[in-house]
Amino acid sequence: MKNTIAERVADFLKRYPPFQFLEPDSLLQIAGQVQVLYFEKDKPIFKEKDTNHTMFYVVKDGAVRLFRTVDNEPKIADICDEGDLFGLRPLITKEDYELSASANEESILYGIPIDLFLPIALEHKEVSNFLIATFASNVSDPYSLEESGKLFTEYSVERNSEIFDLQKARYSKNILTCSPDTTIQVAAKKMSHRNVGSIVVIDAEKPVGIITNRDFRDRIATGAHSITDPVTKIMSTPVRCFQKDPTVAQAQLIMLKNEVNHLCITEDGTPDSKLLGLITEHDIMVSFANNPVVLLKEVKLAKRTKRLRDVRLKVSRLLKKYLDQNLPLSQILNILNEINYAIAVRALELSLKKMETPPPCKFAWLALGSQGRKEQLLFTDQDNAIVFDNVPEEEYEATQAYFIKLARIATRAMHKVGYAYCPADMMASNPRWCQSLSEWKKQYDIWITDPSPETQLLSAIFFDYSYVFGDTQLVTNLSDNILLTLDKNPMFYRVMAKDAIRSPSPLGFFRQFLVEESGDHKDFFDVKARALMPLIDAARVLSLNHKLRNINNTAGRFERLAELEANNKEIYENCSYAFKALLKFRTKQGILHDDSGRFIELATLSKAEKLKLKRCFKSIHDIQELLTLRYNLK
Amino acid sequence: MYIPFFSKKQDPPEFYKAYAAQFSKTNTADFDTARFIIFDTETTGTNAREDRMLSIGALALTGNQINLASSFELYVKQDMFSEEAAAIHGILRENRKYKKVTEEEAVKAFLKFIGTDILVGHHVGFDVGIINYALKRLGAPKLKNKFTDTGVLYKRTVHLVNITNPDKVYTLDDLCEELNISRTDRHKAMGDAYITALAFLKILSRLKGNKKLKLKNILLN
Repeated sequence: MKNTIAERVADFLKRYPPFQFLEPDSLLQIAGQVQVLYFEKDKPIFKEKDTNHTMFYVVKDGAVRLFRTVDNEPKIADICDEGDLFGLRPLITKEDYELSASANEESILYGIPIDLFLPIALEHKEVSNFLIATFASNVSDPYSLEESGKLFTEYSVERNSEIFDLQKARYSKNILTCSPDTTIQVAAKKMSHRNVGSIVVIDAEKPVGIITNRDFRDRIATGAHSITDPVTKIMSTPVRCFQKDPTVAQAQLIMLKNEVNHLCITEDGTPDSKLLGLITEHDIMVSFANNPVVLLKEVKLAKRTKRLRDVRLKVSRLLKKYLDQNLPLSQILNILNEINYAIAVRALELSLKKMETPPPCKFAWLALGSQGRKEQLLFTDQDNAIVFDNVPEEEYEATQAYFIKLARIATRAMHKVGYAYCPADMMASNPRWCQSLSEWKKQYDIWITDPSPETQLLSAIFFDYSYVFGDTQLVTNLSDNILLTLDKNPMFYRVMAKDAIRSPSPLGFFRQFLVEESGDHKDFFDVKARALMPLIDAARVLSLNHKLRNINNTAGRFERLAELEANNKEIYENCSYAFKALLKFRTKQGILHDDSGRFIELATLSKAEKLKLKRCFKSIHDIQELLTLRYNLK
Repeated sequence: MYIPFFSKKQDPPEFYKAYAAQFSKTNTADFDTARFIIFDTETTGTNAREDRMLSIGALALTGNQINLASSFELYVKQDMFSEEAAAIHGILRENRKYKKVTEEEAVKAFLKFIGTDILVGHHVGFDVGIINYALKRLGAPKLKNKFTDTGVLYKRTVHLVNITNPDKVYTLDDLCEELNISRTDRHKAMGDAYITALAFLKILSRLKGNKKLKLKNILLN
């Protein structure tokens, strides 16, 4: 039957991802099953912990706010506008809602039934890519956030098809089985012994049926069967089978179609051949929804640094995938930093095990520079330091020797994982950077009260430290002392600010790019020194001046500054945005050329890319001007 | 009313009996559970007795949800044709774009679709009249459904102070304007039904406000 409204709904949906990737017929089929919902302002759509509705939502008119309730106060996670999609993730992961959603204003929503959408979606590579992007981040629509500025979107790497369609589904080959004459009780004991949720009943190596936890609930606990009955009484039969090496998409489709959670892998794909493996719904979830989670688990279980290296390589691939998906950079940074951080912690734990004796006193391992700012995306040098508790003078040497030895082992491990040694030897294995708390305090006092050219170089690295491992109190203590000294020496801000404006605007008089004039990188544009560093330096001095703690990353610092100084809000927000865009740009360049991405060959950039780079430079100019005025630098 | 052809009570046709039989059960629905059928007809003119239906569009609404999977849209073959009306609704005598059915088929399908649900329309009296006359031509009595009208309901939401002309009749276009509803597909039966459905939802939320509104309070029969 003709349906005018469904056509209108389809017309609307096709303007937005992921629907834009669907053919008109599929889209119309979906549109015909849509629920149109009306919500008054502030009416709840769903609440945290509600069981998921079997549909997800697209905002047709109005706006919806997604929020989490923290201490009875709503914390807004996202606002969805026209065309935005929300409430999808819980449907795929089959969880309850993690967020609440309410109409931010009077709203009309389209509710799209997942059962209808998913099979269609899985047939389309672009749609599944979009879904992955949605899973990987907590935002409802990863396209909407950074896309609003449309920065660097022309940069299109070929979409990574292997991610979804072609990726082989992981399955267990070591399957728990039993023969048809086994009693239910014995089967249950086997399952509980192996701590698994299913057992396959086989006859001459061929699968004849399967028993899952659910069968025990539905058929035993209800009293329908006795535990002394043979397993054939309660097993589900026939079992769904598939031949070797199904892809994730195939396996999921079959499960969806047959409404089963287990899939047997047999020699020829029918129940009449030898059983080879078993895929569970869980295997599918793991393979496409929670890659970062799996990686984190791998890190925590790693027994050797070689394993950590494997993970780090996987992280690089994950990074490429995320960039291809055009995920917001802040999300990418969060995910990668969690993993990088975990790798560092694990490397230190492993190193400590190699020491013959436990540490003689409390200590903390610090990450410096870009790691300290948590802005490390590509492999870079390792910059780190150790601060240990104050010890009596006569024990000082021995204590320091112990920690230097530990640092040698740890830096070697990090080197193995893929972080190059620091060429300037700014590592904890250098006695200068492996000191007691009081020595560190003295060191910072000297830097602050008697600034020298060296200080200015070092401040870029040593004023961006973050705690990685060990005793947090030592680090807090050190920070307290630094802020106190800074308070007494406001002149130091001026020195830092001067340093921040030392590299002038990246554009010449005719608005052309300033390129390197000599050296290996002649005629290349140095995006790190000319674009990123001025922003990083500016953020550092301003946030030190405001005594901001525990925010080390540049974008975050600018966002916090925007909250504190309302009159300069716009400049700071632009800086935060420009920084993220530039970092993303550098990372993409790095992946493209397999280097640090620092030097950009202008000839390889498209005109649009150049224009957009220039737009970011406007923020650099603005923030440098702000510094000049504030610290009287002229 | 005296109508020469049906002066004596006839036994209603089978399809109507099946329809009428559903009403025997007492209905105790409230706002959250009641199913509303929002519908609109496009016709050859504005006289319910003389003019004929050209298309019927209807949507089902429960709570705050319109389920597009259960919707109803039919185009009806008619011998009568009016150029003026065609200019408004754009339904031509010969149109290959959509399949047309006979009036009898349309009415039967419509009764099956609506069951005992509550009918909602804008100036619903006219649309109910059109259906009732079509029923009459098939030798069947009138619709038995409860119904309500968005024009009447909207008037209740306007504060007395703001009424300048107490006799003002609100058109569907007025409602679109006042309630901020897009006018896409206006003057298509289905499009108007959809607009009416949105208007109905918005009016209800205004009427409910803080007071307890009972379902029976909005019904007109």
